[in-house]
Amino acid sequence: MLVPLSHYLVVSAMLLVIGIFGIFMNRKNIIVIMMSIELILLAANLNFVAFSGALHDMVGQVFTMFVLTVAAAESAIGLAILVIYFRNRGSIEVEDVTLMKG
Amino acid sequence: MTELYALLPALVLGLGGMVLLTGGVLAKKSETTPAVTFGAVVLLAVAAVVNLLAPDTLIWNGLFKTSLFTRFADTLVYLGAIAALILSVDYNKREGIARFEYPILVLFAVIGMIAMISAADMLTLYLGFELQSLALYICAALARDNLRSTEAGLKYFVLGALASGLLVYGISLVYGFAGTTNFAALGEVFRSGTAGVGTIAGVVFVLVGIAFKISAAPFHMWAPDVYEGAPTSVTALFATAPKAAAMALFLSVMAGPFGHLTGQWSALIQILAVLSMVIGALAAIGQSNIKRLLAYSSISHMGYALMGLATGTVDGIQASLVYIAIYVVMSFGVFGCVVAMRRNGQSVEKISDLAGLASEHPGFAFAMAVFMWSMAGIPPLAGFFAKLYVFATAFNAGLDTLTIIGIVASVVSAFYYLRVIKVMYFDKGQPNFERVSAGAGFVMAVGAFATIVFVILPGPLMAVAGEAAKALMG
Repeated sequence: MLVPLSHYLVVSAMLLVIGIFGIFMNRKNIIVIMMSIELILLAANLNFVAFSGALHDMVGQVFTMFVLTVAAAESAIGLAILVIYFRNRGSIEVEDVTLMKG
Repeated sequence: MTELYALLPALVLGLGGMVLLTGGVLAKKSETTPAVTFGAVVLLAVAAVVNLLAPDTLIWNGLFKTSLFTRFADTLVYLGAIAALILSVDYNKREGIARFEYPILVLFAVIGMIAMISAADMLTLYLGFELQSLALYICAALARDNLRSTEAGLKYFVLGALASGLLVYGISLVYGFAGTTNFAALGEVFRSGTAGVGTIAGVVFVLVGIAFKISAAPFHMWAPDVYEGAPTSVTALFATAPKAAAMALFLSVMAGPFGHLTGQWSALIQILAVLSMVIGALAAIGQSNIKRLLAYSSISHMGYALMGLATGTVDGIQASLVYIAIYVVMSFGVFGCVVAMRRNGQSVEKISDLAGLASEHPGFAFAMAVFMWSMAGIPPLAGFFAKLYVFATAFNAGLDTLTIIGIVASVVSAFYYLRVIKVMYFDKGQPNFERVSAGAGFVMAVGAFATIVFVILPGPLMAVAGEAAKALMG
């Protein structure tokens, strides 16, 4: 049985919402924020692949390949920044990222 | 051959950047930093000249375009990047963060900005956007032993990554519901002026993603922290080149592929403009840190620049382009001043530290006063005309409420700009600033000169911006 396009879109919308909530509601750990960012990118990827299949068009799959590559680079840089932050602060709790405010 | 020629600026920067990177790694000495920075400035200058001579093309199966519009915006990016690199030489050395990687990262960020501006397809847009962002995240955390700088890098990374996530999700929706990612093909799809709910949702996500990058309210929350925490030489970069590039991208996306949907997005841009102007004006009043103040100032400037776009006309785009050009010049000038605020081997950032500056460094104080006056929009300086054009086009397009809010916000923001002048000229104090470095003095002087001279020679900039706007819309 073929899975209709709308099911993919609903799943990807759910992934997007979980990702956004993960960034804003999370009060605990910055690693969770990194994972939420990955979820958002995966939601977009799922959309691209589903649309690519539905439209019989390769552009969406090409786009997905690029997004995957960029996501890898992005997490590498994010983790690097997190490491130097941890060295200075000694903690990666979200509540501690409050040196500058106003 | 035309393909290669249109790509030549990016090739010069990319290949040159790799050569510099190899040289820097092989030399392994911190003394190489000034040489690498000099090399990067030369590469940027060469690319800027080559860019001005490039022909109008659409290459790589419609992925990358050059026109007068892209050349105009690219020139602003080169100007901002060159000024920021000149400021970084002395400042980074004195702060002990003179790493040779910094100018190379700036080069790669500039390639990303060029790709953003020249994008003729969502794929180029996304890759340029990410190349720019990834290089800038590292720049923000450049002072890696400094807690504030690393915190700025972390905040910039989290919110920047969220922005690019929303952008790419929006692109996926537009692709799915319109069936293409090519700008020209999208323009054809939307020719009727209407679009389905899915497409509109996609457009809104794209709009939010770009609004994060130009730090338009309500997506501005990263800007004050990042401006304050990042080293001042890096903040100077953030305030100029990426802002100009993201704003140009905003103009080219909204007026290009989504140009026929003006009726759908104009209201959203107006909301962004109003919130940016009001929040930028009100939140800056209570600031005591000059970099934070300038962050809010740049948020409100983005609001004014968006007013032109909200009209969706050629005149509006022209006014926005003039505004950004003048904003870039004022910004690198004012950051030349902030970089020069040093006492006893440390940089100071409080507005109160400027007290008594006028008697100690009259030239420095005068330049700062020129930029503050200009940003406040007081005639006859460039900032006044920038605001005037934007208000006039918005009013002519029937957006009178928006214009009135803009004028009121501009008057309110004059308070905090003039307060800086009052502190410098009338408050008693001993700044005891160190001698201004040649680079900072040069950037300050160029910025102040351009800001003053604009009143005598407004014609060329206006004319070029008008032609660029026509190239974008036509």
